[in-house]
Amino acid sequence: MTPQSTFMIVATVRDGQVENLRSVLAGMNKSIGQADPDNSLVPFSQFVGLHVARFVIVDARTAEEISAHGITPHPWRPSLVFLGDCDSNTNSFLALLAIRAGPGLQKIFSFCEGFSEQNHAAQKSDLLAWMKVHNIQPEANYINTVGRTVTQVHEEAVLHQSLSDYLQEISVDVGRENTRALRQKLLSYVELEKHAGRLSLTPPEATPWGWKTGNLMHKFGIPLFLILLSPLFLAAAPFLAWRLRMLERSDPEIVIRPEQQHVRQLSVLEDRYSSNQFNVFGDIKPGIFRLYLLRFSLLLLDYAARHIYNRNFLTRVRTIHFARWVLMDNNRRIFFASNYDGSLESYMDDFINKVGWGLNLVFSNGVGYPSTRWLIKGGAEHEQKFKYTLRRHQLASEVWYKAYPDITAYELSRNSLIRQGVETRQSSDAEIRAWLSLI
Amino acid sequence: MKDSKPFEFNDLQGLLRFSHGRLTDTCFMLLNIVNTTLAKQWLNAAPISSASTIEPPPDTALQIAFSVQGLRTLGLKESVIADFSDEFILGMTGDESRSRRLGDIISNSPEHWNWGGDAAHVPHILLLLYARKDGMEIWRKTVEGEHFFQAFQVQTLLPTLDIGVIEPFGFADGISQPEIDWAQQQSTDLHQRDSFSNSLAVGEVVLGYPNEYREYTTRPLIDPQQDRVATKLLNAIDEPALKDLGRNGSYLVIRQLEQDVPGFWQFIDKETDSIAEKREQLAASMVGRKRDGSPLVQPAVEPISGIVSTNQNNHFTYESDPDGYKCPLGAHIRRANPRTGDFPPGVNGFISRLIKILGFGLNRPDDDLIASTRFHRILRRGRSYGPLLAPEDAVKKDAPAAERGLQFICVVGNISRQFEFVQNAWSMSSKFAGVQQESDPLLGHREPLLDGNSTAYFNRPEPAGVMHKTCHLPQFIRVRGGGYFFMPGLSALRYIVALPIDEDDNSL
Repeated sequence: MTPQSTFMIVATVRDGQVENLRSVLAGMNKSIGQADPDNSLVPFSQFVGLHVARFVIVDARTAEEISAHGITPHPWRPSLVFLGDCDSNTNSFLALLAIRAGPGLQKIFSFCEGFSEQNHAAQKSDLLAWMKVHNIQPEANYINTVGRTVTQVHEEAVLHQSLSDYLQEISVDVGRENTRALRQKLLSYVELEKHAGRLSLTPPEATPWGWKTGNLMHKFGIPLFLILLSPLFLAAAPFLAWRLRMLERSDPEIVIRPEQQHVRQLSVLEDRYSSNQFNVFGDIKPGIFRLYLLRFSLLLLDYAARHIYNRNFLTRVRTIHFARWVLMDNNRRIFFASNYDGSLESYMDDFINKVGWGLNLVFSNGVGYPSTRWLIKGGAEHEQKFKYTLRRHQLASEVWYKAYPDITAYELSRNSLIRQGVETRQSSDAEIRAWLSLI
Repeated sequence: MKDSKPFEFNDLQGLLRFSHGRLTDTCFMLLNIVNTTLAKQWLNAAPISSASTIEPPPDTALQIAFSVQGLRTLGLKESVIADFSDEFILGMTGDESRSRRLGDIISNSPEHWNWGGDAAHVPHILLLLYARKDGMEIWRKTVEGEHFFQAFQVQTLLPTLDIGVIEPFGFADGISQPEIDWAQQQSTDLHQRDSFSNSLAVGEVVLGYPNEYREYTTRPLIDPQQDRVATKLLNAIDEPALKDLGRNGSYLVIRQLEQDVPGFWQFIDKETDSIAEKREQLAASMVGRKRDGSPLVQPAVEPISGIVSTNQNNHFTYESDPDGYKCPLGAHIRRANPRTGDFPPGVNGFISRLIKILGFGLNRPDDDLIASTRFHRILRRGRSYGPLLAPEDAVKKDAPAAERGLQFICVVGNISRQFEFVQNAWSMSSKFAGVQQESDPLLGHREPLLDGNSTAYFNRPEPAGVMHKTCHLPQFIRVRGGGYFFMPGLSALRYIVALPIDEDDNSL
């Protein structure tokens, strides 16, 4: 199995350069909302293991909100974020980026502080070193299915399409009821197509032992750590609960309807493909309690995403491909980025109706979130306020790339099931029928 | 749950409660205001029908709705308008992104529409007249009165024609409607609505009342201290110090959908080798009902709140047919109203609920893909147009061509969560419920996705395993016009009429 990894390069944009940077980034798009996979700056399609990537100019549009908590807004300078998810480990992917997209990235990063124009002629290793220094880790990370590579996605999509076409061709002659014969014909067809080079089903690679060990240690280490700390937690629980309720009652609820212009700028990027991108950025509520509550929630979330929700679903939500929660600006602010299927309205409804409690757990620690009760109640259930606040804190992606933008997460899992049916023999007729019905 | 209290219907326009089904003759007018003073005089005297019951039932009805341009022309201030929803303010065609989401692209694109396509010249008023058979001529004269044509310019007279209880393709229509919970007795708690209920919170169709989220949808609330005219309005229930312009009002969505009746039946006829029985079967599976309106799935055994069990044509869910063997997953009525509850079937008790909340315990790969239906209902009030063409005649090569279709009308409290969601995520989406390469068999525009994948299939899952695929579906329905309107409550209408206007500003 090939584990996925993430990168997120963050750098402050030089004063007065935001619009110039924006127009350079816009040049990477084929048309609005659609990255050109072969653009000359970062030719995404040449990076075989790259699932998703985006460039975002992170601006603190809502920085003033925190004044309602009696805090002076901390200054924020617009920053360029380049993030993505890939099939190799972060360092080798960054190295590959430096080789294949060196000049393009140099041009882009030359708008950022600490990346001087003089570097232009510099060695690729300087670019790589700079990217490594500016790469930040998410506090929590979600991967729809750990181990599913871009190659696998493409191969399984081709497999599905070719089986689907062939099945229609033969079903009349063989007979729809004749499931075993149909299956046999399909399997022979796969072999023929493979032989002809029209189909390939690359076997999974061995899981890197370093990743395996780290993952195992994480899997048992975190619960162990929590168990060890649990007496402390139990002892402090009444106080923590009291403190939480006090804050929930006293935190100002700042819900402001998003401006039409802002919504227009965001929605013009959306619903061109079956999947969409989403970024939100905002302040964390002041005080150590909120920060640690947030970090603790994200720790649990990250753990769950890594060890429990690592195949096809994140609680009831089955439309997210990749998502990350990142603390920024010295833990003053939080950035969330995701890749999801369908329109934003359906995404937000999923949030509210299926996993409102989970969103509340994390985002109720953010300024401008509808008020919660006991951390998981209320919040997102205030539908209109929640949708306003999400849209208002949302940031556009200047460039968004997804290697398979019209394939949904459900379809990815279905295609994998079809492949499993090719590679492992079903024992009963019912199982064969279930397999055929997926095709 | 609250104590039942009678709903005050007298401030509500009748269309929210009644479909005026017995009033078979209709005249739908799109008006522009040309003289605001005269328009207000007319509006002041207009016999707009309320939702109160009258014995005997009236022989005529009149309903009215305004576009945002209409409200502006009548003097509603921009600061008040700003509290309506964005969809209403920007209009159905005001934003290319909205058109893309609604599937109003290529041949459906607003630039080709007969009316409403130009966002800068959206009609001001939608006037809906209803009368008994042959009574329209007199009713129209009565409604218009003396200065109607000085006050208004009729921008478009929308065609309508009564062809009975069917829509132009020949299927019984209007069977599934939400039952509005006027007494506000049903709980909207997220923990008490696991399975499908046809009963719907008032706030989902009428502004000023709690919706399915127990919240009041955003709408203009006016401080009577600032605006003396606002004393004509009712109080906001959630903020009694303010006057509620939205109360008892609703958003009205209208779309003229042109149906290619010969094209539909001739395609199906060709696909089924002109075998009448198979033709009926394929057509029925595309719609999700037989022509007589009977559903393809078995009636539900368990009671469904909001549908009497004797109503065989409506007393069902798709719980007994998760695979779509009886009614395909992509059938028109299954997309438009999937009849899902807040949870997939099989939640009974705390543990199973917890398992489901955490995302486990799925019965099938495509379990729990569809959103809970109660947040996405619409109340339909459409009427058909064009001469009747029976399917038996439509299949003939020389079937008489004519413009036929539906003046689709629905009323909702939240255009984006209800109408636009159903249109986008359920009807037009080629990814609904995990279907393959298909959009709504009736409504779809068949444009491929950007990655080249087709959306022109229609699949019928079969118990034997192999899906029955119908390919190359042509477009059967084209959008010819449309708009978003606000249908005010009667107090709100009186307020709008009483707004001061700039006398010089009698421009278009």
